[in-house]
Amino acid sequence: MRAKLTDKIATFFIVVFSLLIVAVLVGLIGFILVRGLSHIDWHFLTSVPQTIREGGGIGPQLFNSLFLLVLTLIITIPLGLGAGIYMAEYAKPGKITGTIRLVVEVLSSFPSIVVGLFGLLLIVNTFGFGFSLFSGALVLTIFNLPLMVRITEQAFRSVPKEQKEAGLALGLSKWKIISSVLFPVALPSIVTGTVLAAGRVFGEAAALLFTAGMSTPRLDFTNWNPLSPTSPINPFRPAETLAVHIWKINSEGLAPDAAQIAAGASAVLVILVLLFNLFARWLGGVLYKAMTASKRMG
Amino acid sequence: MKTIDERPVQVQPVRGTRWKKHHAEDVAGRSYTFICAALLIVIILSIVYFVASKGLATFFRDGVSLGDFLFGTTWDPEGNNGEPMYGVLPFIFGSFATSVLAALIASPLSICASLFMTEIVPGWGKKLLQPVIELLAGIPSVVYGFIGLTVVVPFLRNVFPGQGIGIAAGAIVLSVMILPTITSVAADALASLPRGLKESSFALGATRWQTISRVILPTVLPSILTGVVLGMARAFGEALAVQMVIGNAPHIPRSLFESASTLTSVITLDMGNTVMGSAHSNALWSMALALMFMTFVFVMIVRLLERRHRI
Repeated sequence: MRAKLTDKIATFFIVVFSLLIVAVLVGLIGFILVRGLSHIDWHFLTSVPQTIREGGGIGPQLFNSLFLLVLTLIITIPLGLGAGIYMAEYAKPGKITGTIRLVVEVLSSFPSIVVGLFGLLLIVNTFGFGFSLFSGALVLTIFNLPLMVRITEQAFRSVPKEQKEAGLALGLSKWKIISSVLFPVALPSIVTGTVLAAGRVFGEAAALLFTAGMSTPRLDFTNWNPLSPTSPINPFRPAETLAVHIWKINSEGLAPDAAQIAAGASAVLVILVLLFNLFARWLGGVLYKAMTASKRMG
Repeated sequence: MKTIDERPVQVQPVRGTRWKKHHAEDVAGRSYTFICAALLIVIILSIVYFVASKGLATFFRDGVSLGDFLFGTTWDPEGNNGEPMYGVLPFIFGSFATSVLAALIASPLSICASLFMTEIVPGWGKKLLQPVIELLAGIPSVVYGFIGLTVVVPFLRNVFPGQGIGIAAGAIVLSVMILPTITSVAADALASLPRGLKESSFALGATRWQTISRVILPTVLPSILTGVVLGMARAFGEALAVQMVIGNAPHIPRSLFESASTLTSVITLDMGNTVMGSAHSNALWSMALALMFMTFVFVMIVRLLERRHRI
């Protein structure tokens, strides 16, 4: 009977530890929302931060984060799709393919602070882009690219072989098969993966400290000339993102309500990441239906 | 509408007018995707080159010996007490201590979670834990740092002697951050086990725990270790969350609840305050080089584990 007793005890512990993880997540999110939601209102979301006085907001930071994300995706998606398609469809087993695979693996486990330092040296100083949204977007691209390559490669590999063979049998060229047969089928998983990766980019801060900068110039939201230094859409201005802002007020915030601002900003960040998650699932499902006329399995 | 009896496509591209649009497309597509893939190699080579060129300057230009750098215990880059000292052993110790402790806390939890998802209640267990794991992975690191600062540090301060900041706080925050990494790798490995293995063990009359502990876990051990190493790599390179809770004192702490530093936390704090090209700045780059070197080591270990698994 000892074996049965041990079995029961072990099962008990496995269940307890698993539920503990669920409890940690619920506690984390509950804590952030309870602490932060009370501080979030329209004023907080739109006004500029204050350095010494109370009542600062996160308006420019929120805008910077979203704008930086858009810039990053504009650069990352074409490159990631290209490299992913190469790995899935063109790469033959061999030295070069092996090297690229190793590179993807190494790049995805690179500490983000090291990537940030590289950006500081090459993009900010040597290329002379300075602390700017553009430098930040390039660094985030390096950070995001390996993920994007993996997502694309997996999506293309999971397309049923018959579809490709049918295309070949019709005498289609390789590129035609990729763009018209495989891509539509792979699209739902690519989109889901991209949105999830975007959530990760959204919360990244370490790589941005020394590339997008830790300050935002006074922005004039009526000025839409992309070359003007006060314009919000000028990609060559410094920009502090929401995640960087949270770090900054936690480590050197002087405002008397710094703790509340940090809580409110964390809540905004977490809510946005949750929305990214839900949106990714929903969009993936919708696209899958549209592309295949059937519900997604599993 | 095109007619159905189109000519079969010419296989070899030929010169002149027979060079069709789809041939051009084919070549363009192939070249474009190859350039994108090659770009990855260019990126990694330039990262290695630039970080190494800056990081090695400490040893070749500023004349700090590798031994003093790696094993020196005094970090005084501005020379406040006489000669500038560039000993980074306290930070290397801090990085290893936090990431190893984090892995020790997170691994048992992750293994339990992956067993829960695949062996105990494969149906709703997966439905419950999968989103939990994905959300944990999605929470930004600064938010973890913020929670560490507002929950973990005060808790440790009340329960243990000391200020609450230090290696213990860093390890606890990191352990939650690397839980998803280890769990998802372990769960994938468990899910891909051949069914026969488990069924034959049950058929011999083994209980579920006997099956798990004597058949399943030994078989997936290399994969679980892969997950643990990947998690440690993430913990080792994490900067801001650790920096916020570890206290940032530049020496080896005497207890887990005393202020300490890691390689990443020092780089984060000091890089903005140094002049590019100065010896202090170069020493920070050398630390970045050390971080990069450790990444390569972690990837090598993962590769070795995967190779053993394949046999």
